[in-house]
Amino acid sequence: MKALYAMYPDGHAAQRAVDGLRKAGVTDNDITVISAQPMEEFNFSHIGHKTYMWYIACLGGLVGFAGATGLAYITETSWPINTGGMPIVSWWPNLIIMFELTMLGAILASVITLIVTAGLGRRRPALYDPEVTDGKILVGVENPRDASLPDLKKALQIHPNISLKTI
Amino acid sequence: MKLPNDATITTDLLHPLLNTSWRFYLLVAFLGSIVLMGLSTWIFQMVMGFGMTGINNPIFWAFYITNFVFWIGISHAGTLISAILRLVNAGWRRPVTRCAEVITAFALMIGALFPIIHLGRPWLFFWLVPYPSSRMIWPNFRSPLAWDFFAINTYLTGSLLFLFLPMIPDFAIVRDHSTGLRRKIYGVLALGWRGTTKQWHRLETAMSIMAVGIIPVAVSVHTIVSFDFSMAPVPMWHSTIFGPYFVAGAIFSGIAGLIIAMATLRKFLHLENYLYPLHFQNLGKLLLMMSLLWGYFVFNERLTVWYGNHEADMNVFWVTQTGSFSPLFWTMVTVNFVIPVIILGIKRFRTITGCVIASCGVCVGMWLERFLIVVPSLGHKYLPYSWGTYTPQPVELLITVSTFAAMTLLYTLFAKFVPIISIWELKAGKHPSPALFPEGAREHPLGEVHI
Repeated sequence: MKALYAMYPDGHAAQRAVDGLRKAGVTDNDITVISAQPMEEFNFSHIGHKTYMWYIACLGGLVGFAGATGLAYITETSWPINTGGMPIVSWWPNLIIMFELTMLGAILASVITLIVTAGLGRRRPALYDPEVTDGKILVGVENPRDASLPDLKKALQIHPNISLKTI
Repeated sequence: MKLPNDATITTDLLHPLLNTSWRFYLLVAFLGSIVLMGLSTWIFQMVMGFGMTGINNPIFWAFYITNFVFWIGISHAGTLISAILRLVNAGWRRPVTRCAEVITAFALMIGALFPIIHLGRPWLFFWLVPYPSSRMIWPNFRSPLAWDFFAINTYLTGSLLFLFLPMIPDFAIVRDHSTGLRRKIYGVLALGWRGTTKQWHRLETAMSIMAVGIIPVAVSVHTIVSFDFSMAPVPMWHSTIFGPYFVAGAIFSGIAGLIIAMATLRKFLHLENYLYPLHFQNLGKLLLMMSLLWGYFVFNERLTVWYGNHEADMNVFWVTQTGSFSPLFWTMVTVNFVIPVIILGIKRFRTITGCVIASCGVCVGMWLERFLIVVPSLGHKYLPYSWGTYTPQPVELLITVSTFAAMTLLYTLFAKFVPIISIWELKAGKHPSPALFPEGAREHPLGEVHI
């Protein structure tokens, strides 16, 4: 992987760099912004915000619900036990199992979606600089085209004090 | 009151992780020895048999099930409170949430241990798991014990994930501030976290979904624990009020546990710049509200039984009001209702010390409440010939004491290896989303919105 990036002292400077990259024709998908905390008051924080996680969580809940319904129904009919005169398939108590597994399905689906879509646990090298944890904000472009490098350098160099870095 | 700058926040909150004093080892050794004593006592109970306990016909549930309900109740401190505060975007939650969520994780683990301790042959604990087995024992989904299994495990899984996810960015901070083996371990735990805008969005969305999901699960868990009692035709158990009564009691004891934990952390980890008196005052107000709610439920429960005047119920009623259990009952009322209302109701007393005193009382009172639910009813069933008494034996006392030490030990170790206050959430409080605040509003450093 190769990358061109710079570290900025605050959100305003980072925003100027992101705006510069956009003007240079770089799409949001190709811009990497890394910070030590979410910075929602800046426009750049909206990069990559689109997600289907809520829908996937609902789907996970549906899977949990279906699994619980099947588990309870199949178990009760396969091994019918007369308990306190209750019906063999008793939906009132089964609702408890169905509820719990529905919620468990939704929770697990959210976590799996987070891990997959946020790229957690991947071993391949990625653009990063430990200075981020000291409060700096990284703005850069991964795998830039050689032809676009002069424009990118110009966009990232918002101030003479900002030094550009490459990987 | 102003939050320290970002660099100071990182330095302060990483200090306990990167520096270890001899007092830490001493504390761990002390608590560890009590836990070992508890484990030895448990092994002794297994070897000698369940007769070593005071549990006998007709009181088959006593200290152990009281502890089970108590710890499950304490577990409501964390995830539920944290999830509610996250959903309403209460800024003052930021230093509080992790302290709270940890309580949930460890209290649930300890609570879930008690049904196993209560088994005569605990090595066969997996028989509790509802799966079709070669023994032809199939799960009975109409049993509240099967509901417990699903509810507690769902809550435990959800709570552990709810605790772990916001720790990932903090693990990355520790990774970047450490070297050698420590860097490797935290690097693995950080799962390659970088802090891209996409990762922050995904994390916050996942936390929102989990907060929405975990609240009904938390309510369901203690409702289902109450079903262990209310589904049985035992005097003063078979009541429709038990579900909400148990949930309110759980949140009540949970908040009390949280206040004690926060005050201890503030004192010993020198977190005065992060855990302000305001946090304790806010939690104190919540505790006051829950104290009033608890009093309301007790009044409802007692009045309904007294008005119904059913003989079996009245036997239990009078034995707790004026009989042999009355000292425990009135102590419970005093420490759960009278003292908290006086201390927390008067602003001048609602200090950190006042909140801690009230919370200690509430923890004692809520343990007594669970004991008074379990034992007097089992000892006074419908037919007087089956009445009985219960006296706790040394093994039960030692195991009970050791679980409190285990909770403290686990919490101490957690605070040693993980930033006990979420570093990134604290910093993020300085960068609130404009969408969350109306025009003209500004956020106080502690997160209170001033219009």
